Amino acid sequence: MKTLFSIVKRHLLWVLMLAWLCGPAWAAEPQQLLMATTTSTDNTGLLDYLAPHFTKATGIDIRWTATGTGKALALGQNCDVDVLLVHAPAAEKKYVEAGYGQNRREIMYNDFVFIGPTADPAGVKGKSVAQALEAIKAKKAAFISRGDNSGTHKMELQLWQLANLPKPEKESWYVSTGQGMLTSINVAAEKSGYILTDRGTYIKYAYDKGGQPPMVVLVEGDDVLRNQYSVIEVSPKNCANAKADLARKFSDWMADSQAQKLIGDFKLLGQPLFIPNAK
Amino acid sequence: MDFILEGLRQAFLLLFSGNAETYSAVAATLAVSSYAMAVSLAVGIPSGFALGHLRFAGRRQVRLVVDTLMSLPTVFIGLIVYAFVSRQGPLGHMGLLFTLEGIAIGLTILALPVVISLSASAVESTDANLRTTLLSLGAGKPQLMLGTLWETRHAILAGALAAYGRVMTEVGIAMIVGGNIKWHTRTITTAIALETNKGQFAMGIALGLVLLLIAFVVNGSVSFLRKR
Repeated sequence: MKTLFSIVKRHLLWVLMLAWLCGPAWAAEPQQLLMATTTSTDNTGLLDYLAPHFTKATGIDIRWTATGTGKALALGQNCDVDVLLVHAPAAEKKYVEAGYGQNRREIMYNDFVFIGPTADPAGVKGKSVAQALEAIKAKKAAFISRGDNSGTHKMELQLWQLANLPKPEKESWYVSTGQGMLTSINVAAEKSGYILTDRGTYIKYAYDKGGQPPMVVLVEGDDVLRNQYSVIEVSPKNCANAKADLARKFSDWMADSQAQKLIGDFKLLGQPLFIPNAK
Repeated sequence: MDFILEGLRQAFLLLFSGNAETYSAVAATLAVSSYAMAVSLAVGIPSGFALGHLRFAGRRQVRLVVDTLMSLPTVFIGLIVYAFVSRQGPLGHMGLLFTLEGIAIGLTILALPVVISLSASAVESTDANLRTTLLSLGAGKPQLMLGTLWETRHAILAGALAAYGRVMTEVGIAMIVGGNIKWHTRTITTAIALETNKGQFAMGIALGLVLLLIAFVVNGSVSFLRKR
């Protein structure tokens, strides 16, 4: 035994070093598509649900990294991914115009809602977006912002602007978390504050809380609250090594009737999280 | 509070029910930390030994730089490695972004200064009599070096374990360079960050306990080997 151990001890380092050098060779796999997406499509479990269907239909192995829309767009611009699934239409259009992406295709939507504690200290329930924001500001009720340049954060900033209110920044009641959607909802719940969220993530949150969430939907249905998700292929003109053909297959598949039906069937607590709307 | 107990229960379930996602994260963590440790030990121990053993001009300045690098923030390392391995970066053609190899490179940068600095300290703090004893026993220069290395093995091992602890528990590099991609680059620590983001605190705690268990096994094996 003793000799065996000493042999192992003597050679372990070399074996490990050899493995390290060989490592990159294993990494090369064909038909692999890399996507940058937003936390909402990942945290809700939608992608885990869709990915096996996509792989089965096309033989392509899809991998994704979930971050805010701002960073997802930057990853595409730096050629680190092949395709994007994001939700900030204004920023996306600029992005495509700038030549970083191509073939922006609308896939599905849900809507943004304002949620808050059941007690509703600022009395915003049923109000329009602009009235609700005014009430929150007047009452100095806690308001939680993603503050991370994500699609939701961009939408929130746009809503302050549409309500003709200055963007809150250093106000004591305005809390900028810089974190993902569910984390930020948890912060809002801890602080009994208001927050803007996409409905999909909210349903997931309610589901995780056993259907009895401490945070409820207070403002919804306003036209400005629509949350559109789109697939954008990273432009091969900007990124020569982007897998444009695989990205196109993904885009086609997402807009195809099979995937559209799958998206519509994805429900929690009996409610759909995303509504398919590819043309 | 409930989720701490719930986390303990889930940790057992994850490990003993053979949860595939957990084992994938465990494998990723072990792979990147092994790569990083192998390289940083192979490079770090000789360099650290030289730094502690030899006397040359500028030695103290080099020492100061290495000691400072022990405080490199991990997210900063992650960002620098990202800048290099991004497809637009100088090493972009190697396709290292969002791979375990990419994470391992970052972790090597993290571990190397720790190994070098602690090896150097170990050599510096050897008994002054060791040198005279070895020389009086007729040791030549190579034997003097080997003898010193042998006498400092426990202190160097302690340094290696400290570096290993940093590497295993690292999250910033793994997140930025690895991208937390399920089944591929999701390590235990990035999985904990994700579960926390999702508000699944019990699951996060369970994964933390799994990581602790691995560290326990590693330290236990080292202490077993040391005894022999």
